[in-house]
Amino acid sequence: MKKVAVQADQNNPVISIRGLKKAFQDYAVLRGIDLDLYQGENLVVLGRSGTGKSVLIKIISGLLKPDEGMVKVFGQDIAHVTEDDLQKLRIRIGFSFQNSALYDSMTVRKNLEFPLVRNKRNLTRGEINTSVETVLDAVGLSQTINQMPSELSGGQRKRIGIARTLILNPEIMLYDEPTAGLDPITCIEINDLINEVQQRYNTSSIIITHDLTCAKQTGDRIAMLLDGQFQRTGTFEEVFNTTDSRVKPFYDYNFIE
Amino acid sequence: MDNTQSIPKHTNKRLAKLKQSLSDFFLTLYNINKFILRFFREAFVPPFELKEVVRQCYEVGVRSFTLISVTGFIVGVIFTKQSRPSLSQFGAESWLPSLVSIAIMRALAPLVTALIASGKVGSSIGAELGSMRVTEQIDAMEVSGTKPFKYLVCTRVLATTLTIPILSTYTGFVALFGGYLNVTQNEGTTWTTFIQEVFEPLTFTDFVASLIKSIVFGFTIGIVGCYQGYNSNKGTEGVGKAANGAVITAMFLVFIEEVIIVQITGWFR
Repeated sequence: MKKVAVQADQNNPVISIRGLKKAFQDYAVLRGIDLDLYQGENLVVLGRSGTGKSVLIKIISGLLKPDEGMVKVFGQDIAHVTEDDLQKLRIRIGFSFQNSALYDSMTVRKNLEFPLVRNKRNLTRGEINTSVETVLDAVGLSQTINQMPSELSGGQRKRIGIARTLILNPEIMLYDEPTAGLDPITCIEINDLINEVQQRYNTSSIIITHDLTCAKQTGDRIAMLLDGQFQRTGTFEEVFNTTDSRVKPFYDYNFIE
Repeated sequence: MDNTQSIPKHTNKRLAKLKQSLSDFFLTLYNINKFILRFFREAFVPPFELKEVVRQCYEVGVRSFTLISVTGFIVGVIFTKQSRPSLSQFGAESWLPSLVSIAIMRALAPLVTALIASGKVGSSIGAELGSMRVTEQIDAMEVSGTKPFKYLVCTRVLATTLTIPILSTYTGFVALFGGYLNVTQNEGTTWTTFIQEVFEPLTFTDFVASLIKSIVFGFTIGIVGCYQGYNSNKGTEGVGKAANGAVITAMFLVFIEEVIIVQITGWFR
């Protein structure tokens, strides 16, 4: 599926990060990050392993607390909201985990129903079934409804993981290494799915990856995380049209044999 | 003269290690208390996960049923067999059913059940939650706006607290049956006489104390297993540690609680 250029609403940041710092023991991972995610755009965060890309989206979703700085999601500071408000915010954010994090004791159907029945308690059985079938259809895996996660391939697990987040109709999607460990064909399929989700569900997304093909195919904007800060931000061409020795090897490794 | 210079280097190291261990110990104690308080804060507030509680009760009961049946029966037979020579020295074999019933109902049934459940149920809870933690399944529940603590921890702790007293009562009766078979084989006592002699020395306090003990043991096994699993880290190594820690800590606490509860119930007798 070809990426359709999206005109992001630059006056309407859904996520706004200022001066974000996070350290683990003595190692400072994020050293004062500023970032905006605008309504409707796909923002790709690129960087080497261990540079804090996943830490960034875990802070956005409230799984980790920032040491310093402000992270506003839909105008609310994530570090200072009450537990109830955090729950409400999380329903509006979909998080696709690197290893899918499917509940391995439940079938695909139960995996999808789990967040739905707990967040929308007055749904009828018919409405639940319709929601499950709709999201499974959206990720093209209707036939797996009664399978266990252990019976699925890596690509299928990723898709079901995405479907589980879509069932709550999120406004923001956070993808943690969506193509890690997948073959090239499945990577392209996942990239297409990310674009499809953006158009069909009108989501704003942050995609964490070090796969430049994924970045090129899905990103409206790229932000390069280097030494705990965003050093280069712009379109794919703007970011990689450089001789910076910290950035160039990324491009060379992915596109030059 | 500088005092620190007069202390050998290895003593300084040991002191620092001791200080670290003590601070870790109190931090763990604080975290466990926080965990227990969180359980009471969340378990009795709607929405309730009743379906999951029932499923967990079934898991706890069924998982331990065979092992507890066999162990309870063997405990009854062995205890009766081993007590006979001592009583026969005083010509008091007829007191055997009473002795067996007091020992089993007051102490052995709750203790044996708790020890088996610590191994069988505690380790399984620790490993299950531990693996869910390291594969980010708990994080996935959290970010989807659900409450993993309520769904995973509260349900399991309630299940062990409710099921272990039932299992303990069952163990008591199976052990008494084992005792009866041994007594009837050797002394030819009838079932009616045996039952009369079994219940004669037992008081209401014995049953209540035994029940309270089982409830405390059940809660301990559940909360320790969940704490270890829910807070595990360091990948697959963490899962093993969580399962192991759940068994060892639960068993240790069960013995301590046994001593304390015996002391307290002793005041009411």
